[in-house]
Amino acid sequence: MAILMKGNEAIAEAAIQAGCRLFCGYPITPSTEIPEYMAKKMKKAGGTYLQAESEVAAIYMVYGAGAAGARVMSGTSSPGFSLMQEGLSYLFAAEIPCVIADVMRGGPGLGGLGPTQADYFQLTKGGGHGDYHPIVLAPATVQEMIDLTKEAFDLADIYRNPVILAVDGILGQMMEPVEFPGTYKAKILPAKTWAADGCEGRPKNNVISYYLSSEAGEADNLRWGKKMAQMQAAEQRFAELSLDDAEYAFVAFGTSSRITETAIDMLRSEGVKVGLFRPISLWPFPVEGLQKRVPQIKGWMSIELSAGQMVQDVRLAVNGRAPVGFYGRQGGMIPEPEEIVAAFKTQILQGGVQR
Amino acid sequence: MKTVFAKTAGLTDRVTHYCPGCTHGIIHRLIGEILEEMEIIGKTVGVAPVGCAGFCENYFACDIIGAAHGRAVAVATGAKRAHPDRVVFTYQGDGDGASIGLAETVSAAARGEKLTSIFVNNAIYGMTGGQMAPTTLLGMKTATSPYGRDESMGYPLDLPKLLAQVRGAAYVASVSVDNPQAVREAKKALKKAFQVQLDGLGYSFVSILSTCPTNWGVTPVEALEWVRTKMKPYFALGELKVPAEEGGGEE
Repeated sequence: MAILMKGNEAIAEAAIQAGCRLFCGYPITPSTEIPEYMAKKMKKAGGTYLQAESEVAAIYMVYGAGAAGARVMSGTSSPGFSLMQEGLSYLFAAEIPCVIADVMRGGPGLGGLGPTQADYFQLTKGGGHGDYHPIVLAPATVQEMIDLTKEAFDLADIYRNPVILAVDGILGQMMEPVEFPGTYKAKILPAKTWAADGCEGRPKNNVISYYLSSEAGEADNLRWGKKMAQMQAAEQRFAELSLDDAEYAFVAFGTSSRITETAIDMLRSEGVKVGLFRPISLWPFPVEGLQKRVPQIKGWMSIELSAGQMVQDVRLAVNGRAPVGFYGRQGGMIPEPEEIVAAFKTQILQGGVQR
Repeated sequence: MKTVFAKTAGLTDRVTHYCPGCTHGIIHRLIGEILEEMEIIGKTVGVAPVGCAGFCENYFACDIIGAAHGRAVAVATGAKRAHPDRVVFTYQGDGDGASIGLAETVSAAARGEKLTSIFVNNAIYGMTGGQMAPTTLLGMKTATSPYGRDESMGYPLDLPKLLAQVRGAAYVASVSVDNPQAVREAKKALKKAFQVQLDGLGYSFVSILSTCPTNWGVTPVEALEWVRTKMKPYFALGELKVPAEEGGGEE
């Protein structure tokens, strides 16, 4: 039976259903329903809601719990996510599984409370120091948030890597009909024999992120590089809409993909053969899926709630074989479908953007 | 032949990297002995800091999680909340616990986290080569206070004195290891801190005045004398807060 639920609450409920029994976070709009839901439900589920003194502390509580083998998550919004970047670098290096939800709001600085997707670079390029990437999943509906949240925990455990849910403020705040438990089937996971949870009956474990020699440092980085290559090979996700006969394609994720769907309907009614390529994994970016469409697409257009961030990955994937345009709104504003249609006509149909 | 002394099972066989005359070795041994005597090696998770003790995962026989600089208490909080039946301790220097990690330390105390922090105060940043610490004494010369710390650089922070005011802190002690009697008292305080955690009474914190002959530019013997004549008069010593049933606390 379908129930009406807010995106943020759906993430929290899905996490509890996925076996998460510890949530460490700090309230920040527009993600606060995640800690609020956890505070209300975690105790009944036999778990713990722990309010940290800051996002800096929250990410390291996640680090400690994850290192000790627990299924743990945090949820925050852009300024708080910035504070977590050091911790994410450490989580990657210490190979600690965890799930973080970033419900994005306007920036830079304190910004505003409206939705954006302007954390894209920070999310996908490794926002902290060193060479690393978390897996980044971008749902476009509240139902998809449930499935991806559950899957995020399994992916984190499989790769011993942080997994981030990239959600804009609209998706976090909007209510949609959803069904639990959703469609995701839990995977069989390896035992956490590496965890630092007391060494009774086994040799001691250390979960650390540093090395005493540069040689060891390079060896670790090469090993992590192989792991990232494995994730890139196996975890690219995307969805397509109306692309089979398309001559033009939009690329958009989250809320902007849903507005773009309306723009596609409008253009199709004018006879323009256009479709949507929707990345679900922002990292790894679904290069292979996008490139399969490159031979048939005469012009691409990235629609984002930012100044143009994902468009760089689209250009890299298209690699000069067709023009790539961009349209976005910023600071908490969202585009009307008419704006997208107009920008598409100017940049792509009228040749405003060259390859 | 009767064994009268043996290396504790709470430590590994690794040779430490600590400088001659540094008291980290003594403090490590005390913790190792306590883990062994309380029979908790196998159920303890230690959290290593960034600083001179940042490689202590090689020395303690229990599981260790390596934290970022200043974040040890937050890391320990996560581990303890995930596994309330485990014994969790942090081992931190003065820069880690009293400067970059001050918010984490005070907040964990305020929440009454049931874990133990061991705070090694040698009044200087050792690992980075002798820069000014939050505990550097006025007049003390370091690499970043080359003419001596003056009041424009602020005053040395007496962290245990501060924590003794925090309700969630169940046990706060400030000890030294500059002579055999002090070492015995330090061990007693450390043991009590672990016991307070096992009894679930709240946060326990033991500050230990320590030496850094290398960065102080003195001999090991002079370093111990410097602890006695310079540090002990400035920093509050003794049990600064004891659990409520012993007459402490605000309850």
